[in-house]
Amino acid sequence: MGSIGDVVTRAVKKHGKDATMMLDVIRDVQSELGCVSDEASAAIADNLGVSKVDVDGVVSFYHFFSKEPRGKYTVYLNNSAVAVMKGRDAVARAFEQAAGCSFGVTTFDGQIGLYDTSDIGMNDQEPAALINGVVFTNLTPEKAKDLVFQMKAGKDVKAMVKETGEGQNQSALVGAMVKNNIQKKGAVIFAPYEAGSGIKKAVAMTPEAVIEEVKKSNLRGRGGAGFPTGMKWEFTRNSKGKKTYVVCNADEGEPGTFKDRVILTELPQMLFDGMAVAGYAVGAEEGVLYLRAEYEYLLKYLQSVLDSMRNSGLLGKNAAGKKGFNFDITIKLGAGAYICGEESALIESAEGKRGEPRNRPPFPAQNGYMGYPTTVNNVESLCAAARIMVQGGEWFAKMGTFQSHGTKVLSVSGDCSKPGIYEVEFGVTLQSLLDEAGGSDAVAVQVGGPSGKCVAKKDFGKKLSFEELPTGGSIIIIGPNTDLLKVVHNFMDFFVEESCGWCTPCRAGNVILKQRLEKIMAGKGTESDLKEMAQWCTVVKAMSRCGLGQTSPNPIATTIENFREVYEAKLQKGADFVTEFDMNKAVQEYCKTAGRKPNIEGH
Amino acid sequence: MSKITFEIDGKEITGKAGQTIVEAARENGIYIPVLCWYEGLKPAGICRICTVKVGGRNMAACTTPISEGMIVENAIPELEDMRKALVEMLFVEGNHMCPTCEKSGNCELQALGYRFGLLAPRFPYLFPKRAMDATYTKIMIDTNRCVQCRRCVRGITAKDGRHIFAMQDRTGHSTIVADRELEAKMSDDLAKKAMEQCPVGAIIKKEIGFAVPIGKRKYDKAPIGSEIQK
Amino acid sequence: MSKPVVATASLAGCFGCHMSLLDIDDRILQLIDLVEFNKSPVDDIKKFTKECDIGIIEGGCCNSENVENLIEFRKHCKILISLGECAIMGGLPAMRNGIPIKECLEEAYLNCVTVDDRIIPNDPEIPMILDRVYPLHEIVKIDYYLPGCPPRADLIWEALTALLSGKPLNLPYEVLKYD
Repeated sequence: MGSIGDVVTRAVKKHGKDATMMLDVIRDVQSELGCVSDEASAAIADNLGVSKVDVDGVVSFYHFFSKEPRGKYTVYLNNSAVAVMKGRDAVARAFEQAAGCSFGVTTFDGQIGLYDTSDIGMNDQEPAALINGVVFTNLTPEKAKDLVFQMKAGKDVKAMVKETGEGQNQSALVGAMVKNNIQKKGAVIFAPYEAGSGIKKAVAMTPEAVIEEVKKSNLRGRGGAGFPTGMKWEFTRNSKGKKTYVVCNADEGEPGTFKDRVILTELPQMLFDGMAVAGYAVGAEEGVLYLRAEYEYLLKYLQSVLDSMRNSGLLGKNAAGKKGFNFDITIKLGAGAYICGEESALIESAEGKRGEPRNRPPFPAQNGYMGYPTTVNNVESLCAAARIMVQGGEWFAKMGTFQSHGTKVLSVSGDCSKPGIYEVEFGVTLQSLLDEAGGSDAVAVQVGGPSGKCVAKKDFGKKLSFEELPTGGSIIIIGPNTDLLKVVHNFMDFFVEESCGWCTPCRAGNVILKQRLEKIMAGKGTESDLKEMAQWCTVVKAMSRCGLGQTSPNPIATTIENFREVYEAKLQKGADFVTEFDMNKAVQEYCKTAGRKPNIEGH
Repeated sequence: MSKITFEIDGKEITGKAGQTIVEAARENGIYIPVLCWYEGLKPAGICRICTVKVGGRNMAACTTPISEGMIVENAIPELEDMRKALVEMLFVEGNHMCPTCEKSGNCELQALGYRFGLLAPRFPYLFPKRAMDATYTKIMIDTNRCVQCRRCVRGITAKDGRHIFAMQDRTGHSTIVADRELEAKMSDDLAKKAMEQCPVGAIIKKEIGFAVPIGKRKYDKAPIGSEIQK
Repeated sequence: MSKPVVATASLAGCFGCHMSLLDIDDRILQLIDLVEFNKSPVDDIKKFTKECDIGIIEGGCCNSENVENLIEFRKHCKILISLGECAIMGGLPAMRNGIPIKECLEEAYLNCVTVDDRIIPNDPEIPMILDRVYPLHEIVKIDYYLPGCPPRADLIWEALTALLSGKPLNLPYEVLKYD
């Protein structure tokens, strides 16, 4: 420990007197002191030459940083829709009862803090929580009580993990109880891969030829937006800058997606190969893996993989034996913010700032990380690029549909018997996926996470592809016993919580939409309420600055479109106006304070 | 500087390379409503009220550079209604008590409401619990009135470049604060500038109240933008 | 044909909007030619004696009596107009909306230096205070809104004559103000 000043000085010494390292400095301070107090943020500001409010601004932006202490043991329990389906609320109550405090606060003795968090990438093994960064999955009320018992006994958190998952989850550096649940392996990502083969193939070609090969494959970005990877690389390569960067987006935050977690666990060599391929293609010497804070438990392991790649000459000076190709990779950790999955917000965050998206143009390919041309690619896209180097673009392009080539790794969760990872060729129907995953009685499927589309039975025959049912990987199956509107509400809650607050429509609009949804859910909605809500969705989508706000009304908009009857059943048909005002409730506080009985006639 | 010719609402206009749509439009006597935009500050694309259609796509006119042959749609009913909706969102998102506000009559949010003929917002008032902080040395910050435009963040800095104002938190809870140490050192002129750059009455220099009588304030007689519109 | 019937009321307001209505000066004579007033402080009719065409309400709802009055207006009036900032968004009284009612009452009746009987009024006869001030349209359906504190007399005049004549409302810039 030491004084606050000492802790800050040490962190700054470790990471450098550089404002772009602010996130790293704050993380060290937070983990050592349990919070970033006013005194600490003033010291950080002093050291980094920024104003204190700028440090506070960063601290308050991220979930996993706090001004107030959050306990010696900090429990972050996932509150995503699937977690709720799987019994999250009962687990939360058990935590509260056993710890003796409610969610959102810390016990009086400062030992245990209970906090909600949005999706931690464990949807196939919910309910799940992070305790001091250690993952606990498949929680039950009994397990929660037991965990609190152990915390009260002062046990080391890592020692609370009784059994580990399969594959690399068992390795000494991971030691996590997380399961991979790989249900189906495909030809691109989960087929056998020889470490280093992708980059070795690439460096034997010219960078232009590498880009050409990727273009030939028709590989499109796997994060969801589907921008052609080869084209992105070409733009980046053609941008003039003293330096160029490759940034890997390992911040999968879309509720329901967890495929990158499994790739990072089992195929880090392939991913780093892919980053090196990208680096070679765009002319970069540095790669940055932006890893979401929820996956910090993989950090040491990933660093050891990088070390061994350096030792075997795949990274570093003359990487993969190519003279003059010096390429290395560093890992940057996030701190809990969905918006950082947006590429320009990710860059801001990697530069130590609040993770707020940038205005475009300029695009990252022109002006990205540290102001240099940068290609930001998804984990799966980079792995696919490594595979394309080995098997060729033509081989890749043969798979899939007209506009979607290769395979897609899907994260399947929700009301199904076999949740987990499915690598399928583009073009499979949603129905066949449901049959495989044991989710045949689905009434709705959320394709592409909350920002995607809620698909009804009539469309289960559609193909998973950019042209019909696009998805960054999240497939949430909603069965007949799940209340669809509660799921929609959970998604809206998520967007309200995760809006960065920059632009008006997303910041205010989502709150307004959620409120109107609540009115309808409470049985106080009218036909015009529903009509207005649909119109407001259009405004938020049309006027928002980035992908978050442009898609955040989707849970409401697509369920109104595909499940109108669910809303209609809640409406007061024919009513011109229904008030939410409740006289009984409204006078209660006054009557209590004044010591008189409510006297309500005719209401 | 090279000239760029493009179109706004069917009218051909000429701007300089490097200009944004808002800037070029202003020079050509075309008003695109703005709120977070402020002459001389780096545009930030926050309020989205300046949204126009560029080749059919919605873009913030304040951050989008002009390009040769660009087709911009500005004063079209679809956009006007959505812009108005954004103004309405800002009204319900905060606690805007115009009758009690020192900025009333000179307030740009209010002026946009007038310009759009806004009688009452279509959205329900959120009545958020927000703070009024008068414990600063030179200024008061009333976050009830803040529209989060960040003009203060962008435009008011200490001599060494450090931010005096910064955004805290995120989501609908995001709020503006001033750095106590740097705020106390602000010159009177800088404090006055902070107040004047604020489009609403969120930043008030201490000891200054209602200064201009009703009828003579900036937006009493003519709508915002009429000074630009030809 | 009989003249349209108008009723007015001030709920949690300051009567400033009503004063502004009187501010239409000599046009009040024209107005009287155009309409008949029913329940209103203007003519001191305390109870509705017939169904009305237009109800004009100033002030928001800060207590149970305001709510009852408002609901009665909605029942008796075909068209209801929210007049002024308080009716539209709570106005000045709504500045208490961010403060718990307990704190407000204690400040006003217990801790304030100028009070003698330190008791929070609780006579069953007095209206009950609501947890916050509610805009009218949160409680009943409102057909038209006329903002201002108070709304300019010209705004009220233009709006009423437009409504009575069925012509579209054409507002000169200067008459629409929120203060």
